[in-house]
Amino acid sequence: MLKNKQTKVGKMKKTILSAAIGAAVLGAASAASAATLADVKAKGFVTCGGSQGIPGFSSPNDKGEWSGIDIDYCKGIAAAVFGDATKFKIVALSSKDRFPALQSGEVDVLTRNTTWTISRDSSLGFNFRTVNYYDGQGFLAKKSLNVKSALELSGAAVCVQQGTTTELNLADYFKANNLKYNPVVFEKEADATSAYDSGRCDVYTTDQSGLYAIRLKLKNPDENEVLPEVISKEPLGPAVRQGDDQWFDVVSWVHYAMVSAEEFGITSKNVDDMKKSGGPDIKRLLGAEEGSKIGTDLGLTNDWAYNIIKQVGNYGEVFERNVGPTSPLKIKRGINALWTKGGLQYAPPIR
Amino acid sequence: MAGDALSSGKPRKSFSSLIYDPQARGIFYQVVTVASVALFVWIITQNTINNLEKANIASGFGFLQGRAGFDIGQQAIQYNSDSTYGRALLVGLLNTLQVAFFGIITATILGFLIGIARLSHNWLLAKLAQTYVEIFRNLPPLLVIFFWYKGVITILPQARDSVALPLGGFLNNRGLFFPKAIWGEGSWMIVAALGVAIVASIAIVKWARARQASTGQQFRSGWTSLGLIILLPVATFLAIGAPLTFDYPVAGRFNLSGGTSIGPEFISLYLALSFYTASFIAEIVRGGIKAVPKGQTEAANALGLRANIITRLVVVPQAMRIIIPPLTSQFLNLTKNSSLAVAVGFADIVAVGGTMLNQTGQAVEIVAIWLVIYLSLSLTTALFMNWFNAKMALVER
Repeated sequence: MLKNKQTKVGKMKKTILSAAIGAAVLGAASAASAATLADVKAKGFVTCGGSQGIPGFSSPNDKGEWSGIDIDYCKGIAAAVFGDATKFKIVALSSKDRFPALQSGEVDVLTRNTTWTISRDSSLGFNFRTVNYYDGQGFLAKKSLNVKSALELSGAAVCVQQGTTTELNLADYFKANNLKYNPVVFEKEADATSAYDSGRCDVYTTDQSGLYAIRLKLKNPDENEVLPEVISKEPLGPAVRQGDDQWFDVVSWVHYAMVSAEEFGITSKNVDDMKKSGGPDIKRLLGAEEGSKIGTDLGLTNDWAYNIIKQVGNYGEVFERNVGPTSPLKIKRGINALWTKGGLQYAPPIR
Repeated sequence: MAGDALSSGKPRKSFSSLIYDPQARGIFYQVVTVASVALFVWIITQNTINNLEKANIASGFGFLQGRAGFDIGQQAIQYNSDSTYGRALLVGLLNTLQVAFFGIITATILGFLIGIARLSHNWLLAKLAQTYVEIFRNLPPLLVIFFWYKGVITILPQARDSVALPLGGFLNNRGLFFPKAIWGEGSWMIVAALGVAIVASIAIVKWARARQASTGQQFRSGWTSLGLIILLPVATFLAIGAPLTFDYPVAGRFNLSGGTSIGPEFISLYLALSFYTASFIAEIVRGGIKAVPKGQTEAANALGLRANIITRLVVVPQAMRIIIPPLTSQFLNLTKNSSLAVAVGFADIVAVGGTMLNQTGQAVEIVAIWLVIYLSLSLTTALFMNWFNAKMALVER
């Protein structure tokens, strides 16, 4: 089983919803179990909810290997728990199916560019804490329409994916600005993209990071442009089930370890040197400090952060590799830079 | 001993005789079945409630009163993002009903035509009908829907190069646009005239039947009624001064505005469901007609009836008895297949419910609503068709 960890679970998606209901109804014991960390250790791998293919965030390549910033988060969790970043499994979820999948215990953690909102945090029974990508909703329009601002979009047909905060922000934005529009709602991102590409809609709306990715998939990327307006705050981060603080802490500190590593200048290349010769902060993070119990108190081993950085990299490396200027998406760090560089990425002290 | 038991007329009520008593055993098994079903339902309900509580998920139907916050592309009634979730569901339900209603009518007409064409003596016509049936019957409905949707939005022109249709209509890949009728004052009189015409037609048909039964003379009641139903409202319309204006669609910045429109989502779903189901109905019709014994036609011929009378009064009524029950299943299938709408962005009850499920997280409640709605739709259709079937059934005298 562990030999084949990167399983693409495409077929699963259609049955997820029914499985979720079934699990809720028939009472899968793990659904509301408070010991996800123990379950994951017993299982031998961590199950993460991924998307059905959003380049840069979570998308399978032609060999069925998943990559992206959200997948690297999942790998980070695997490295922290098992010391082996390959012990994970991705379940591909549509935006509609993702919440039942997490609620029912189908996945251990939802690392699927999910926006942290108050209602998801409260009424859905989830917990959010870390934000691995600060995003905002925007519009993609054909250049031939000659639209310079989203405020000129009155009367436009807008393609949007079903069951997202995007759908709600869209309604709010057009209502607030007194504009009319015709929403065309699809369950799958691929269907929405192809409808936009064939001219069914004038505009496509989703988070800006997604727009850059979608633009690359169009027949003629250069004939489309992302409009300047950002109409919402979309803090994207992992969600876990409420009522399991230990697992919640593990998932959160994986991100903080990666951010701290970038702040301290630890990379996957120099982590071995740093472990020997770094300052006290660095040694404490990497588990090289004598008598430190930081890792074991989390329910992990003391070299948990070392494993994450060695096998996955620090936050900057992950960003660069998946969405940064050297990747096909070419997104600038912007507000996702470290707090020391004017961005919002900030980790609490490792102490 | 045995003789004693028989002569006494009452078997002894010992335990062993109760075990071997078929009636007692029957009752026992039924009690056990009912009890286990009840227990199963009770267990899953309790389990669901417990699990939802443990997972800190709010439950109940109160969320239906909340503000929906999202917009719906296709709406038959007034709806905006300030409306409640309940109203959003209603919009979805009406969309489902619309596509099912028009789909059933078209599929039935198309199915009957193709079914009869397959029986035609014209080789080409029969083979064409057969090809149609074999293609559409053997494809999954989702593929047929995609086929029509991709076809509709890629073949039709972009909004800026709309094709002008006669009578002020337009066609582009955003849908079919046509002028909206705005009825002026006194329009109710036209509706009233139509009502009068329908009542009069029913009376004429009844009178004609009675006359034929008593005197044998025929009366062209069909043509008379048709004339009445068309002419009376038209005459009224003209008499009160034609109070009708149109709101024509005009080109806007992105698309045509004004008038009425039918989106490509509805068109493709409606066409796909109609074409798909028509292939099954065609086979049912063919089977029904084939099942009428040849002797019936021959006997009618021997009586000297004309060919169209034989079809109308001898073959079809007998075929209908065989056709209607499986036809009901096809109507139900079409209604249920309409839930594939979300694939092409049509806001049916499943699509709207799916959005709500995501916004509110009330998975169990929304799935329950879906189940209840589809069940009631199916049961209503079945009820109507059973009534119709009873009416068409052979009355034995």
